[in-house]
Amino acid sequence: MQLIRSDINVDFIGKRKFALIISGIMLLVSLGALATKGLNFGIDFTGGTLVEVKFEKAPAITDVRSAISPKGYGNAVIQEFGAPEEILIRVQNKEAENSSVISTAILDGLAEKFGADAIEMRRVEFVGPQVGEELTRAGIMAVLIAMLAILIYVTFRFEFRFALGADAALLHDITIVLGLFALTGKEFSLPVIAALLTVIGYSLNDTIVVFDRIRENFAANRKRKNPLDENLVVNDSINQTLSRTLMTSVTTLLVVLALFLLGGEVIHDFAFALIAGIFVGTYSSIYVASPVMLALAGRFKGNEDEIKEMEARP
Amino acid sequence: MHSFPRWKYGLILTVLVVSLMGALPNLTTPPSWWPSALSTPMTLGLDLKGGIHLVLDVDVDKAVSHSVAGDIDTARQALRKERIRYSKLSNDNSSMTVVIREAGEIDAAQQVLQENFNTYTISNPAGSTFVLNLKPETAKELKKFAVDQAIEVIRNRIDALGTTEPTIIKQGERRILVQIPGFEDSARAKDLIGRTAQLEFKLVDEKGDLDKALSGSIPPGDIIMYGPDQTRNGKSYRQPYLLKRHTELSGNEIADARVSIDSRYNEYAVTLKFNTKGARKFDKLTAAHVGERFAIILEGTVNSAPVIRERIAGGSAQITGSFSPEEAHDLAIILRAGALPAPVKVVEERSIGPSLGQDSIDQGVNSILIGSALVLIFMGIYYRMFGMVANVALVFNMLLILAAMSIIGGTLTLPGIAGIVLTIGMAVDANVLIFERIREELSLGKTPLAAIDGGYDKALSTIVDANITTLIAAIVLFQFGSGPVKGFAVTLSVGILASMFTAITVTRGIIAFATAKRNRIEKLSI
Repeated sequence: MQLIRSDINVDFIGKRKFALIISGIMLLVSLGALATKGLNFGIDFTGGTLVEVKFEKAPAITDVRSAISPKGYGNAVIQEFGAPEEILIRVQNKEAENSSVISTAILDGLAEKFGADAIEMRRVEFVGPQVGEELTRAGIMAVLIAMLAILIYVTFRFEFRFALGADAALLHDITIVLGLFALTGKEFSLPVIAALLTVIGYSLNDTIVVFDRIRENFAANRKRKNPLDENLVVNDSINQTLSRTLMTSVTTLLVVLALFLLGGEVIHDFAFALIAGIFVGTYSSIYVASPVMLALAGRFKGNEDEIKEMEARP
Repeated sequence: MHSFPRWKYGLILTVLVVSLMGALPNLTTPPSWWPSALSTPMTLGLDLKGGIHLVLDVDVDKAVSHSVAGDIDTARQALRKERIRYSKLSNDNSSMTVVIREAGEIDAAQQVLQENFNTYTISNPAGSTFVLNLKPETAKELKKFAVDQAIEVIRNRIDALGTTEPTIIKQGERRILVQIPGFEDSARAKDLIGRTAQLEFKLVDEKGDLDKALSGSIPPGDIIMYGPDQTRNGKSYRQPYLLKRHTELSGNEIADARVSIDSRYNEYAVTLKFNTKGARKFDKLTAAHVGERFAIILEGTVNSAPVIRERIAGGSAQITGSFSPEEAHDLAIILRAGALPAPVKVVEERSIGPSLGQDSIDQGVNSILIGSALVLIFMGIYYRMFGMVANVALVFNMLLILAAMSIIGGTLTLPGIAGIVLTIGMAVDANVLIFERIREELSLGKTPLAAIDGGYDKALSTIVDANITTLIAAIVLFQFGSGPVKGFAVTLSVGILASMFTAITVTRGIIAFATAKRNRIEKLSI
């Protein structure tokens, strides 16, 4: 079976202006959403308390609120979580309060109103303000360092302009996935950072496969008597790897969809980030990484020997 | 076709056998002769097992200032002994200030201070003033000691709960990670761990005027402390006491603490037994102050202030209150385990109820099974025989991940399961790359065997490049991630490495084995 005919020849590079417009719009919308709505940071970053409780039978949200109001948490965020019996309660940290007792007070309040046997503690998370700051810093550092390390590796294996193309695709993907989180208001938590880094790895994986083929074809092209235009060689390379690009996206998407639909509420947003990342990652490896690399042609050409030496690497 | 070296078949078989053996403990208890390195099952993280996860911050600065405050007493006594008069003796967090009254005694004072305080740097900014600053290395030592001692105390308290395999380890310089698997009562755990359990015995100043003291004129050497919250006439109220500042006895002098029944009110109480030194002090104290009251102060609150009716030689005291059996039990535990050297604060908690953990396991296993079934079917349809070969490699890959996680003692978390699911999707990528390349070679007119060689050779560098970049992301994640995220990084890394072996070497081996006896192959099922 074959989804993509082996002699396929789509003019990807010719349509790069069109792709530029699409990417531009997606990036603008994402940045706009990030600037206006912002990310819905979870307690991992803001600090705060989260209590997940399973009730014997689905309670009314107002009853839950009136149960915890006497304890001083009437302004908590209360929502259903996956099923009507499961309720998620979120409270911000207060200054100068031993915040770790909030969860105890909330559970006590619920037990008083609904009866201790009618509720079950599913999860308690509490992140102090200082830890929240540390996690935020560590998260940002992780993304930056991953990008830097990848830039170094790709520069070492390819040319510098390839590395810039790859990092442009990465920035593009991360911005759009973040934009989606801002637009949908989904919670941005620590596992989502992990998903983002995986998206980085995945998007890069795709880009590298295309770049590898470009490098191979560039080397072959140089040996010809009348070398073809770089744009043409790049376009051929993308077409040659198209089948693989789509295949891998499909298999990865299959498992991530399984995770999204069956993995449970806790892992839901994590899987969402991965799905979004696979789509934009596949798109960017075709329409962003290579065009950026081509646009930078000639700017970072060292001497010819260096390029020959680079192409001789396996 | 290139020959597939015999040692590689051996390698594949060895890895297969070790993987099977390493994975077995996850399904059933292995027989006793099983190699010990392969006998441990994978550890489940708290998010799957359920339990309490706390990160505590030790207020180490308090430990230092507490120690300095103790040194002030030493200074006072030393100066008095040498009959050196001072007009000021004060301390803040890490320094003491002494002002000597008579100019003629300055030299003597300097000598006394130098003899007693070699852990301080002593400066003499003005003629009669000495400033003693705690040496940084001493402060550091005190902080480290405070954290280590806090770990010891907390371990004793948790052990008394009788739970299995709690984890109590130092994290960074001043934090402590506490994990209690299978324990649900987060409120009780936090209360048990977080209480300082500072116990003090002070004499009540019977001659002092409490009302005057409350209005501001506290007699020198005295201190006002309060009893527990009570409701009187519908108003919240705390009984004030005027006490001597000096602590006569402390929790350090307790040998044992047990739950008892207070015979007067038939209530739960905790009976303390002093150690030899404490008993002797208590004996002397009660002998000298018959008719006066002494206050038992627990964590800064006056628990009670009974009258000393007679000299008490036996060396025991009782703490009462309207305790529930569990409260009395826990109080006895923390008094027995000793006081925390400095206050601790919970800065992070991630506790999971047992039902959520089980749900997460079920859902995780479901996603793995369904996700991989989908991939297996898809590969089989798309690449036919070669797809089936890739499928064998994929199953091998999952087995290898399971075994590797068990052998290296990795912890499986919920994000870790997500990492495995993701690896399944990405593991076939290497095979997709190879098979697509073989198809290309075939369409260029190469013979089937040459096409297989070409496909594997040309795809190899791409596979390595692509996987190393993902590995970089995973390693960075491991370095910076905390808790669950680390679990994801571990399974992702293990999965990537395992998939490179199975997708390249194992599939090649199977294909080589299947085509070995045949000289010509007309068509590939790809």
